[in-house]
Amino acid sequence: MLLSIDASLIDWSRAQFALTAIYHWLFVPLTLGLGVIIGIMETIYVLKGDEFWRRVVKFWMKLFGINFAIGVATGLILEFEFGTNWSNYSWIVGDIFGAPLAIEGIVAFFMEATFIAIMFFGWEKVSRNFHLASTWLTVIGATISAWWILVANAWMQHPVGMEFNPETVRNEMVSFAAVAFSPTAVVKFFHTVSSGWITGSVFVVGVSCWFLLRRREVKFAKASMAVGTAFGLAACFFVMVSGDSSGINVAKEQPMKLASFEGLYDGSEHAPFTIVGPLKIPNMLTFLATHKHTAFVPGINDLLNGGYKLADGSTALSAEQKMFRGRRAMTSFAAFRQANKQGNMALAAVAEKNLQNDMPYFGYGRIQQRAELVPPVNLVFWSFRVMIGLGMLFVLLFLVLTYLQMKRKLNDYPIILYIGVWCIPLVYICSEAGWICAEVGRQPWAIQDLLPVNAAVSSLQTSSVQLTFFIFLAVFTLLLIAEIRIMCRAIQKGPEMSGETKI
Amino acid sequence: MLRSVLSFYRDGFRRMTTGRILWKIILIKLFVIFIVLRIFFFKPVMSGLSPQQKQTRVATAVLSAP
Repeated sequence: MLLSIDASLIDWSRAQFALTAIYHWLFVPLTLGLGVIIGIMETIYVLKGDEFWRRVVKFWMKLFGINFAIGVATGLILEFEFGTNWSNYSWIVGDIFGAPLAIEGIVAFFMEATFIAIMFFGWEKVSRNFHLASTWLTVIGATISAWWILVANAWMQHPVGMEFNPETVRNEMVSFAAVAFSPTAVVKFFHTVSSGWITGSVFVVGVSCWFLLRRREVKFAKASMAVGTAFGLAACFFVMVSGDSSGINVAKEQPMKLASFEGLYDGSEHAPFTIVGPLKIPNMLTFLATHKHTAFVPGINDLLNGGYKLADGSTALSAEQKMFRGRRAMTSFAAFRQANKQGNMALAAVAEKNLQNDMPYFGYGRIQQRAELVPPVNLVFWSFRVMIGLGMLFVLLFLVLTYLQMKRKLNDYPIILYIGVWCIPLVYICSEAGWICAEVGRQPWAIQDLLPVNAAVSSLQTSSVQLTFFIFLAVFTLLLIAEIRIMCRAIQKGPEMSGETKI
Repeated sequence: MLRSVLSFYRDGFRRMTTGRILWKIILIKLFVIFIVLRIFFFKPVMSGLSPQQKQTRVATAVLSAP
């Protein structure tokens, strides 16, 4: 029986997953970034033995706890959705996806959960060094969690280390190392985690600016800002280096995504980087994509029309050629299943061999028109610019604040402090824009080249997906309002004077 | 040892202030996720199917025209 999936079901399913992922990502970067900053501050406390730094740590730890608590279980909803809304996808990739997610839950999350209790409850109960170790282990646990989740996501962008088994209709892992340490996973991890460090730094700097503007807790605010700006500058360096590596990786593995980032329709050997409108940097895209001064960067039309030379010397196929091979792969797949059912092993072996020959284009068999292969260019183009533009703003902010701190002129320029405060919401916009680039840019693929979204989605009633979308929107909005209120109340209260931290 | 661990957690939870509100929010959220959403809205589409049925379902979905 043929199953028909209506386009609105796909779009609502995408929207629901996007909403839950965006919501989850509101909490994770602050956990990653603020966690490291707390670790640094507590290290200063233990080395100096100065009770002032203990108060500083306890204040930021309270905010860390609020963010961590509200963020709890936001990721679980995504995992539920894999089973409900993306059941075909879950079956096809379960052998690959399941391993990193299981490791994340068993190792990383339990590590965080264990040591976070000592972080909050152990101040008067354990030694300073043990408490410090617990703080760092909580942060390391959160970072290891991020590693495994990003391994899973990286595999979607660049599937490696597996073979497709047409009998079980599953991708089966043949190399754990290839999956866990793929170049895509490594660059994605460093770029995503360091972006979380920037979120934490901007948050600390922004809140410190707020205290300075109100001339409250001045010593605390200046000390926190010193750590925040120094760590923020280091984080910016890592983000830029990993972002550059990410660009090279995307150019190689997902050239349509790169072309969409740039709105590049016609490729060139000296492709410019578009800042905005007519404002372009000549040759910059070629350099960013290849680290060479002359190299062809294909545009959207080139990727659809094919015919240009690839890095390995072969000629790029057109969309129609890929779709032909994809349909041939589908025919071989259907022939294999039929032969298997009939017990004709010889025919099944031939069909399987033909399938494996066309396997790299398997997903193209589900594409009807070449236009489906182009992601929403405007959304990806502008999200990319929002991410880069705000990233540059944060670099400038950290540099200016570092200079003003060195010259002891922080209070002379209140406008800078106001900008610092306003950067708090902007860093979240920047962070989400990055994920929009990554995930919208890979459309129409659930797994790059192997499984388009229209084959990954479960056959559900569109109305039920719409209903859950609006339920999530309402629940998430309420929870977000609660978190922001609790966080603002804790910030307004300020650091504890007595040294007793309660959360 | 077990008694020390239990009293560690008991004392910690007793001393909480903001944490109490956070725990209430967490428990409400977990209730909404696991009891309301999980039971009424998140029905795993393939639960109850045999591996063979799952393979057929997915193969059909993959092979079907969109």
